[in-house]
Amino acid sequence: MKRRAAWLFTSLSILALLLLLLDLAVGSVNIPLREVWAALTGAAYDPTTAKIVVSIRLMKAVVAILTGAALAVSGLQMQTLFRNPLAGPYVLGISSGASLGVAIFILGAPLLGLAGSPVMSALGVAGAAWVGAAVILAVIAAVSRRIKDIMVILILGMMFSSGVGAVVQILQYLSHESALKTFVVWTMGSLGEVTSTQMGLLLPAVLIGLAIAIAVIKPLNLLLLGENYARTSGLNIRRSRSLIFLSTTLLAGTVTAFCGPIGFVGLAVPHVARMLFRNADHRILMPGALLSGIVMMLACDLVAKLLSLPINTITALLGIPIVVWVVIRNKNIM
Amino acid sequence: MLELEHLTLGYGERILLDNVSARFSAGQLVALLGRNGSGKSTLLRAVSGLGRILKGSIRLAGRELQTLPPDKLATIVATVTTERVRIANLYCEDVVALGRAPYTNWIGRMQAEDARIVARSLGLVGMGSFARKTMDQMSDGECQRVMIARALAQDTPIILLDEPTAFLDLPNRYELGALLRRLAHDEQKCILFSTHDLDIALTLCDAIALIDTPHLHVLPTAEMARSGHIERLFRNDSVSFDATTGTVRLKQ
Repeated sequence: MKRRAAWLFTSLSILALLLLLLDLAVGSVNIPLREVWAALTGAAYDPTTAKIVVSIRLMKAVVAILTGAALAVSGLQMQTLFRNPLAGPYVLGISSGASLGVAIFILGAPLLGLAGSPVMSALGVAGAAWVGAAVILAVIAAVSRRIKDIMVILILGMMFSSGVGAVVQILQYLSHESALKTFVVWTMGSLGEVTSTQMGLLLPAVLIGLAIAIAVIKPLNLLLLGENYARTSGLNIRRSRSLIFLSTTLLAGTVTAFCGPIGFVGLAVPHVARMLFRNADHRILMPGALLSGIVMMLACDLVAKLLSLPINTITALLGIPIVVWVVIRNKNIM
Repeated sequence: MLELEHLTLGYGERILLDNVSARFSAGQLVALLGRNGSGKSTLLRAVSGLGRILKGSIRLAGRELQTLPPDKLATIVATVTTERVRIANLYCEDVVALGRAPYTNWIGRMQAEDARIVARSLGLVGMGSFARKTMDQMSDGECQRVMIARALAQDTPIILLDEPTAFLDLPNRYELGALLRRLAHDEQKCILFSTHDLDIALTLCDAIALIDTPHLHVLPTAEMARSGHIERLFRNDSVSFDATTGTVRLKQ
């Protein structure tokens, strides 16, 4: 078992590295791998190539890595906390909450005649997404304490998403063209729109979210047996829950703020990790999901680039079969 | 070991136990009997720190329950609930290892001593050879044993079990009862379990706690059998029970 995990960690890391290099090489201009390497090590002959590789493609690849890791880890936490294989930031409406926050900010701020500096608007988008994600998460958590039936929670998540959709449409209807276009482009999801100012917020937020996720590995393991067992094993359930929510909000909220609502990664990747590692222990499963998330996002980004399609459509087309498989084949996968 | 002092439990207006006092000592296997809805689970939940106490107090190993933080409480009382744990990819030994949570570090790293206790706990319940099996590949009886091993690994003087014999067939029920009896006597644990199996309670337990709403009678098994409480409580228009012979009679 240990050997299986070690072998998988190694091969996933190598795969991620290979995909990263390919991701840097492929694009509107294909750059040979040798030149990619030269650009990365600062030994490039051509400054234009170096610029493309480092400031455009590497930036985007880092965003893909952060997005994959963040969504996979937040999905894993949700699935364990709610003890439901179909939980995930998107399904539970957390991404929708973040979308609503962003919609209010992008569409609402110009309506009120507010416009700020790039730093302010980056902060504003992130802040709005955090607040939106946190509010939805808080509501779902409050409901899930009273109602144990997980179907109700999932249906509520769907209702939230639909409700948010309606509100967003109202905002769109009232909005000016330019703000509207910014928002519509945002909803398609993109890894390439992240500016270096935004990166200054995305990177630390995701890293803090991941650090908290690592800190709650033991509580997550205890929660596998359900809340009663977790509590009688000495777990401070309120604190653990809050930390898990904080981590999920930071991870899913921030990524949604800057890359748009990206579906199915948070839902599907933890199952891929379970399938690969065949272990429910979060000490194995969390790094496993993190690496699988990175691999999946880099692969999706590559495919999206090759076909010139929005990243959203690729993650959906890749994620949906996995989810369908989970629903049909593995009734008690967790 | 476990003392109830003027304890009152219930939900809102509904009082299930009113001002009850009792004490249970180490090395004792005690069955908690009572009709459906009489408050067996409520009492167990209260002792395990999951439920609310309306009045009175619970003392565990000399300490007041309500003053104990969760991690400290987890070193005094271990609980086996009625929840089914059927998780694919979750190994038996990992489940039992979770019982060591109150003693391990922030990420749950197992020391040699923890690993030894886990192996011993699995051995005590006769599941030593199941360590590398996953929880979805086992029968109800085997799952129940693993959960008991988890409680043993928690290394507490008190173990509570909520209907551990439910869902089990007759031989498995007796085997489980005998296992609990052995653990209470050999490991000097104070074990309290709720059950509807009067025969197991009467043949295997050292004492019986009977909820006679809103009272709680606690007597050594032989005395309880003679007391007439059981007959009175487990009787209705169609059946009657004779505790001294352990037989059920249908009327007419």
